[in-house]
Amino acid sequence: MKKQTGSGFGNALRQLTVPLVAIAILIVFNLIRDPAFFSVTTTVNNTGRTVLAGNLISIINGASELAILAMGMTLVTAASGGQDIAVGATAAVCGSVFVKVLSSGASITGLSILIAVVACIAAGMLCGLFNGTLVSVFKIQPMIATLILFTCGRSIAYWINGGATPTVSSPIVTAIGSFIPGVPVPTPIFIVIFVGLCFGLLFRFTSIRLYMQSVGINQRAARLNGINPVVIKMLAFVLLGVCCAFSGVISVSRLSLINHETILLEIEMDAILAVAIGGNSLGGGKFRMAGSVLGAYAIQALTTTLYAMKVPSTDIKAYKAVVIILLVVLGSPVVKKAFANLKLKWAQRSAKGAEA
Amino acid sequence: MNGKKTLRREPLTDNALLMVIAVCIFTAMYAAAMLFLGGGFLRVQQFFNILNDNAALIIVACGLTVVMIGGGIDISVGGVIALVAMVCTVYMNTEGASIPVAVLIAVGIGLAFGVVQGTLVSYLGIQPFIVSLAGMFFARGMTTIVSVNPQKVALPAFKQLMATKLEFPFLGYYGKKGNLIPARLELGVVVALTVLVVMAFVLRKTRLGRNFYAVGGNPNSALMLGINVRFAKFCTYVISGTLAGIAGFVLLMHTGAGNATNASGAEMNAIASSIIGGTLLSGGVGNVFGTFVGVLTLATIKAIVPASGLTEPWWQSITTGAMLCLFILMQSVVLGMRGKGKRQKQ
Repeated sequence: MKKQTGSGFGNALRQLTVPLVAIAILIVFNLIRDPAFFSVTTTVNNTGRTVLAGNLISIINGASELAILAMGMTLVTAASGGQDIAVGATAAVCGSVFVKVLSSGASITGLSILIAVVACIAAGMLCGLFNGTLVSVFKIQPMIATLILFTCGRSIAYWINGGATPTVSSPIVTAIGSFIPGVPVPTPIFIVIFVGLCFGLLFRFTSIRLYMQSVGINQRAARLNGINPVVIKMLAFVLLGVCCAFSGVISVSRLSLINHETILLEIEMDAILAVAIGGNSLGGGKFRMAGSVLGAYAIQALTTTLYAMKVPSTDIKAYKAVVIILLVVLGSPVVKKAFANLKLKWAQRSAKGAEA
Repeated sequence: MNGKKTLRREPLTDNALLMVIAVCIFTAMYAAAMLFLGGGFLRVQQFFNILNDNAALIIVACGLTVVMIGGGIDISVGGVIALVAMVCTVYMNTEGASIPVAVLIAVGIGLAFGVVQGTLVSYLGIQPFIVSLAGMFFARGMTTIVSVNPQKVALPAFKQLMATKLEFPFLGYYGKKGNLIPARLELGVVVALTVLVVMAFVLRKTRLGRNFYAVGGNPNSALMLGINVRFAKFCTYVISGTLAGIAGFVLLMHTGAGNATNASGAEMNAIASSIIGGTLLSGGVGNVFGTFVGVLTLATIKAIVPASGLTEPWWQSITTGAMLCLFILMQSVVLGMRGKGKRQKQ
C-alpha cells in the first residue's frame, strides 16, 4: 500500500530503476577496474583550443545522436505500439539534404547553414509523414511500414548527392560537430539539451503526452474521448523525423562529410534498445522520456567501457548482447514477480518473528 | 466431416487471398521481364540462378514466417547464419573434419539460439524484438570473435559437395558454340524445397502447426481453448533458430567461405519476403508457399532493375522499396475492404 501513495519523485525513481541500475553498475565496475576512467581533464585540441576531455565527456558527447533519436522513438513507441526501424536511413537522407543544400551555394555562411538545417528538418518531417501515413491511415504495423524506408533510405541519400560522398568544409559546420570557439563543452551536448528542453516545454504546455499515452493504451477509447488517433500517431512520427534531422546534422558535422553507407549505421537497434532499457513498454502506452535518454547514455557508457578494455570494435556486439539479456531478464515480468513474492515472504516472516 | 466441408466452401481465407495476390504479381512481373527484356529471362537457368542464390533465404524466411504466424519476431537469423557459416568453415579447416559433424554443428548452433530465445520470450515474457536483437548482436559479435578474416573451406569432400549439381539437360539452352548447356540446380535448393514442403505440412496438418495460428491470432482465446500458448510460442522460435542453422550451412555450400559480413540484412529480407507472401506481423495469418513466392519476387526485382538499364547503384534498393510499398499498401487496402464487407454482413 505504501508503494502506491509514494511521492512523485519516488514513483519516477522506481520507473527509472533499470537504466539507473545499469549506469550504476557500469560506474562501479569502472571505478574498480580503473579509477582514472572518470577523470576529466583539459587538453589542447588540434585547432589550438583548450577543451574538456576524458571518457565521461566522450560518453555524453558520443551518445548525442542516440539520445535525440531515443526521445523521438519513445513517442512513436508510446503512440503506435511499434517501432520505427528506419531512423538510421532517415537520418542519412536528412544528412544528405543538409550537405546538398550547403554544397549547392557559393559559400557557406550562417544564413546558408540555417537554410540547410531547415531543409534538413523538412526532409525529416516528410519521411516521418510518409511513415506516419502508412501507420495511421493504412493501419500498417510500424515495423513493416518503416521497413520500406529502411530498405531504400540509404540509397535515396546516395541518389540525392549523385553518388559521391561529398564533404563540406566550414568552420561553422565543424563548430556544430565539435566545439564552439571559447566553449570547452562539445556542441552536440547543447543540441541534446535544446531538443530535450523543447520536448519538456511541449509536454508542460500541451496535453500531447496524455493524448499519446491514451492512443497507445486504447485507441478506440481515445477516439471515443475525442482524440483523433490518426493525427496523434502522425504527429509522433513527424516529431521522430525532426529528431532524425537533428541527429543527421550532428553526425554529418562531426566528420564534415556524409557517407550514406555508414552514417548512423544500426542506430535504430540502439534507439529501440534505449527505449526498452528506459523501462518503457514496447507495446505502447505510458512512457517516460527521461528513461529512454538515460538508456541511451547507458548504452554509450557500455560501449566506451568496452573500448577502454581494449575489446576490438567488431567484437563489442557480443558483450553488449550479454549485458542486454541480463538487463531485460532482471526487468522481465516473471523475475519481477518472483522478487515481489520473495519480499512478501520476508515481510511475513519478519512479522511472525516480531509476534513471537 | 460435414463441418470440414462447409469450411472448405467458404470464400478464400485471408491466408489464401494474400498468397494469390503475391503469386499473380510475381507471375505478371516475370512474364513482363520475359517479354520486354528477353535474353537471360527466357532461359530456365535464369530462374534456377535465382533459386541457387536464394536457397538460404528461402529456408530462413520459412522459419521467420512460422515465428510471425505465432505473433513474434526473430531478427537474429542473419547473425545466426553468419555465425554458423563461420564456425563450420573453421571446423572444416581443422584436421580430421567431416561433413556430417559440420552439419550437426550447424543445426546445433541454430537449435541453441532457438531454445534460448524461445525460453526468454515465452517463459520469461520478454519482448521478442529485444531478445532477438540481443541474439543478433551476440551472433554477429561471436562471428568476428571466431574469425575476423574471411576464410575459404579447404576440405576436399566439401568442395565436391559444393560442385555437385542437379542437371536438367532438357531445360538447358544452346551456348554460342552450339553445345548444350544443361540447367543446373544446386543441392541447397533441394534442401530449401524440402524444408518448404515439411514446414507447409507441419503448419497445415499437425496439431502443433495449427496451434501456431491460434496462438498468433489471439493468445487469450487460444489459452481458453486449452492450448499451451507458451509452449507453442517456444516451438516457433526453436523452429526458426534451427532453420537459421540449416540456412547457414546451405549458404556455406553456395559461397564456400565463412565471412563476418555473410547474410548481412538477411533478417530484413526474410521479413520482407514473408510480408510480400501475405504473412501478417500481427500474427495468425501466413503461409510458407507465399513466403517462397515473396523470396522469388524480391530476387526477380533485383534481377530486373539492372537488366532494364537502371544501372546506377541506388536504383536497386529504391525500386525494391517502392515495390515493397506497393505490396504493403495493397494488402492493407484489400484486408481493409474485406473487413468492411464482413462487418456489413453481420
